[in-house]
Amino acid sequence: MATATWRTAKPQARREAIEGYISLLPWMIGFVGFTAIPLAASVYLGFTQWNIIEPPQWIGLDNYVRMFTRDPLFWQALKVTLGFVALSLPLKLVFGLGLALLLNLKIPGMNFFRTVFYIPAVISGVAVSLMWMWLLQPDTGVVNTMLYFLGIQGPNWFWDPNWALPSVAMMSVWKVGGSAVIYLAGLQNIPAHLYEAAQIDGAGRWARFWRITLPLLTPTLFFQLIIEMIDSFKVFTEAFVITQGGPLKATYFYLLYFYEEAFQNFNMGYASALALVLTIIILLATVFVNYTSKRWVFYESE
Amino acid sequence: MSQSKDLGPLIAAEAGDSRNRAITSAINGVTARRWLGYGAVYVVLTAIAIVFMIPLLWMFATSLKSRSEIFAWPPSWIPEQPLWSNYAMAFEKYPLARFMMNTSVLVIFNIIGELLAVPLIAYGFARLNFPFKRVLFILMLSTMMIPGQIKLIPLYSIYSRLGLVNTYVPLVLPAFFGNPFFIFLMVQYIRTIPRDLDEAARIDGAGTWTILYRIILPLCKPVLAVMIVFTFLWVWNDFLQPLIYLNDFYSYPISVGLAFFRGRYSVEWNLFMAATLVSILPVLVLYFFAQRHLIGGIASLGLKG
Repeated sequence: MATATWRTAKPQARREAIEGYISLLPWMIGFVGFTAIPLAASVYLGFTQWNIIEPPQWIGLDNYVRMFTRDPLFWQALKVTLGFVALSLPLKLVFGLGLALLLNLKIPGMNFFRTVFYIPAVISGVAVSLMWMWLLQPDTGVVNTMLYFLGIQGPNWFWDPNWALPSVAMMSVWKVGGSAVIYLAGLQNIPAHLYEAAQIDGAGRWARFWRITLPLLTPTLFFQLIIEMIDSFKVFTEAFVITQGGPLKATYFYLLYFYEEAFQNFNMGYASALALVLTIIILLATVFVNYTSKRWVFYESE
Repeated sequence: MSQSKDLGPLIAAEAGDSRNRAITSAINGVTARRWLGYGAVYVVLTAIAIVFMIPLLWMFATSLKSRSEIFAWPPSWIPEQPLWSNYAMAFEKYPLARFMMNTSVLVIFNIIGELLAVPLIAYGFARLNFPFKRVLFILMLSTMMIPGQIKLIPLYSIYSRLGLVNTYVPLVLPAFFGNPFFIFLMVQYIRTIPRDLDEAARIDGAGTWTILYRIILPLCKPVLAVMIVFTFLWVWNDFLQPLIYLNDFYSYPISVGLAFFRGRYSVEWNLFMAATLVSILPVLVLYFFAQRHLIGGIASLGLKG
């Protein structure tokens, strides 16, 4: 189609093209209005000082210079967020995969367990946050009570600077059923004849896992790694509802800082710069994972 | 989407498979060992399921306790006398009904928006030929990678200039231009529908739009169901956007409304847990009824809950 010019195209094709553009019209309007313009505006605003009431003032690279050289809050937010990514990603990967392997066993009643494990993944961040706040109360919370009966003195969880971030990571592991279902779909796509052939060749359980299951699951793992990494960079609700960044800024997540700068202090210019930096970090991390994927992601057709 | 269609037979096959194997293994005389293995797996799975459910069960137990009982030591799992009246009091204390109504309005308009926009756009991408289609499709896919937060400030200032802050417009309008995830999902689905159907209808004199709305759309019910379920979930659980755009307490959706009460009545955790439980109830009900669509959508696209 693209090779035929408009003038030489048959009326039939021309009509179809017009109909095609009409069908795409809502998306194209949305793309310009909700993505292209806001994105460009955000890049521009990152170079300005702006309190939303007066017109934005161009200040060049000042926002970025301030961010990288004399803004301890930026570094703290970055540290917390990267720490969370490093802490929660491996946990979710291991638990999610483990759960999926269990669910993939061909025995009756698995649908019931799949239903149960997935429940936490559909509940809203606010409700989950409030619930865990109550569960992890230092004195009367159910977790510390159970630990007490096991003879363990439970920590102060969200209210202890050393434990606050791991507590948020623990909450995210509770929602791991969401990724387990995706791994499960990946596992079920592995052709059964491979296992049968391996069994005939005398491969044991471990050999089958390391030589067949894991390599053939790497595309799913890769996809899920990227999705979950992007998500981990965007934690907001838990920090806003439970800890409000504390104690001692131990859970001062990047987006919480962005939110406070933009919508509480109305430093819209600086907040735009913060948002752009986060976007670039996410982009670089994605490119990096994608780059390493050549070494460890296995595609059957290769 | 094809994934979700496949799930049914797959699960059935699984059940049949295990039955056959049980029979063969009985013949081989290793049934006892196999069932021992099953037993171990069930024990592990049950243990994990209990750990997963403890938070929800504890929330439920708390919601039925009296004010003195929630701080009693040692805490008990079963309330001395279940106070169902806590739920009535939660509705009195917090404008729960109002908040849930507000969220429902947002959910309904978002669903209407997606249902109007997505089939039209997806049909164009899947079936019609026009210049630059491939480029536009890649452009659409790449917008899925951009974190929404970077667009928040410019959008907020535009809405604020138009006097639309503190209305539902910013929370509803984008749906009418189609969510790229859903567009992609539906394009993939339409591509699995045989083109012969379109051709036959065209020979009978049907135009492009008749084909879309009379032939293609009725065949897309499974993917429309996935769209409805996910829109419901996402809108019900959305927090950051309503937090930013709404200032009027009585216009809050349930997510922002609940978070607002955090800390304000911090001693009344029994009522608060009742309110939280009520807030997730619609989602749980939806989940149990629409599980097939939900898990199909997740499996095929990695959509998150």
